[in-house]
Amino acid sequence: MAEFLTMLFDTSTVLGWTVVTLLKVLGFVVVLLISLAFILLADRKIWAAVQMRKGPNVVGAFGLLQSFADFLKFAFKEVIIPAGTDKLIFIMAPFLSLVMAFIAWSVIPVAPGWVISDLNVGILYLLAISSLGVYGIILGGWASNSKYSFLGALRSTAQMVSYEVSIGFVIVTVLLLSGSMNLSKIVEAQAGGFWHWNGIALSPITFVMLPMMVVFFISALAETNRPPFDLPEAESELVAGYQVEYSSTLYLLFMIGEYLNIVLMCSMVTILFLGGWHAPVDVAPLTWIPPFFWFAFKTLFIFFLFAMVKAIVPRYRYDQLMRLGWKVFLPMSMAAVVLVSAWVVFAQGGA
Amino acid sequence: MDLAVLLPAVAFYAFAGAAILFAFGVVAARNPVRSVLFLIMTFFSAAGLFVLMGAEFLAMILIMVYVGAVAVLFLFVVMMLDIDFVEMRQGFADYLPLGGLLAFVLTVELIVLGASWSVSGKAQELRQAPISGDTDNLRAFSEVLYTDYAFFIEAAGLVLLVAMIGAIVLTNFHKKGVKRQNISAQVARRAKDGVELVDIKPGQGL
Repeated sequence: MAEFLTMLFDTSTVLGWTVVTLLKVLGFVVVLLISLAFILLADRKIWAAVQMRKGPNVVGAFGLLQSFADFLKFAFKEVIIPAGTDKLIFIMAPFLSLVMAFIAWSVIPVAPGWVISDLNVGILYLLAISSLGVYGIILGGWASNSKYSFLGALRSTAQMVSYEVSIGFVIVTVLLLSGSMNLSKIVEAQAGGFWHWNGIALSPITFVMLPMMVVFFISALAETNRPPFDLPEAESELVAGYQVEYSSTLYLLFMIGEYLNIVLMCSMVTILFLGGWHAPVDVAPLTWIPPFFWFAFKTLFIFFLFAMVKAIVPRYRYDQLMRLGWKVFLPMSMAAVVLVSAWVVFAQGGA
Repeated sequence: MDLAVLLPAVAFYAFAGAAILFAFGVVAARNPVRSVLFLIMTFFSAAGLFVLMGAEFLAMILIMVYVGAVAVLFLFVVMMLDIDFVEMRQGFADYLPLGGLLAFVLTVELIVLGASWSVSGKAQELRQAPISGDTDNLRAFSEVLYTDYAFFIEAAGLVLLVAMIGAIVLTNFHKKGVKRQNISAQVARRAKDGVELVDIKPGQGL
């Protein structure tokens, strides 16, 4: 029996590798989905608290089971597929956006060695996958055969494509500083205390990197269609944008995908700018906390900021959104790339 | 058979076969939006082939640039086209002879090419040349592109810049009489620029 078990988990064999990877994937999916249920609740609770309401408080203690009740409600409703839709694509689109949101997580290191696939081009993989997330939205909007859906999808796609450009340049600045595209190595390059973290390092380059962290954060809001950039679903103009015709489980898939992307963006801010799983100071009581919890804590803190922005900032106008992306963030991040490469070459003497 | 040899072979035939099938789908699909979707799947299969060759950087760039940007624009255009399917299929019989002739010529060319082509003895060596030891993709690329070919890549960049400026100049018209928002003027405006306080005597009016 023991022999069989060692064989089963021996990663040097094909069988062992498959079993271990499957277990890792399962672990990620289960932890993500369960934490997502509470993150959704936290989002609503924070939003409610800012507006001096109680928020969900009926299902379970403090409304803790609200998300599960919502899940059951979604799952047991009827799936309505409107007439005149492209049925195959209509059903495929939410699955696509959910799958894209999940597979992006395969390169996220949540603790030393806790990653499904430690890709050398991890950050490029993330960029590639996040640019694919557009398809779920645009196909869903088009296949719905409705004007609101289609306009919402067009808006969303234009917005995501625009902000991806500045996100790409911000990521290049981090790559230049860390000298690697492997996410684990980017985190390791920030070891040794919070004054080594890319976003808030104690060095002159922080005058460039701190604004870049803010640019990344705001672009992440736009990339995930969060308020104040939730124009694709601006209910006063477009009812609910690309989601108008979706109901029941298909809508649920869209929503899970959206929130997974939001948490992904939070974890990217953590990895790129806030030192990933590292404790802020390497002294005794802080180092007792396992690295995973530092990662989770930082990610949740960024998510708290996401929720606060949703609660306190009014919606942007569409032309202002485009102006911000192309005329403000893009030149800023391009200038930052030049400054950071100059810093790396002349001040650090690296190449 | 050894799994280390078998798995890449299986993956290669899966990706290559999928690429051909999807490419056929691009021309065979009746709905142009579905054509574009097939095109995207073809890009994906090609990216998979790149990964098999050890060129993961190229694969990611292919997905980012072609699937993430170019194909999205394709979709935009195709979705907004007003296509009349009946009209589109009208000329089928007229174009059949010419199209058939072209297809025939191309097929013959492909067959001739395939028959006269043979795998070079150095193929294995050449294929592995770019992936030398520990250098990762990105470093291998940049060591060639930014040293030996530095001027060529700069020239290519200039060509692209000129093309971009040309495209903007051709399409950018400033309509007269359209009110535009000037954010800096808006922000710089103070209360004294816009508000005038007038002391009005009672019973006199302005």
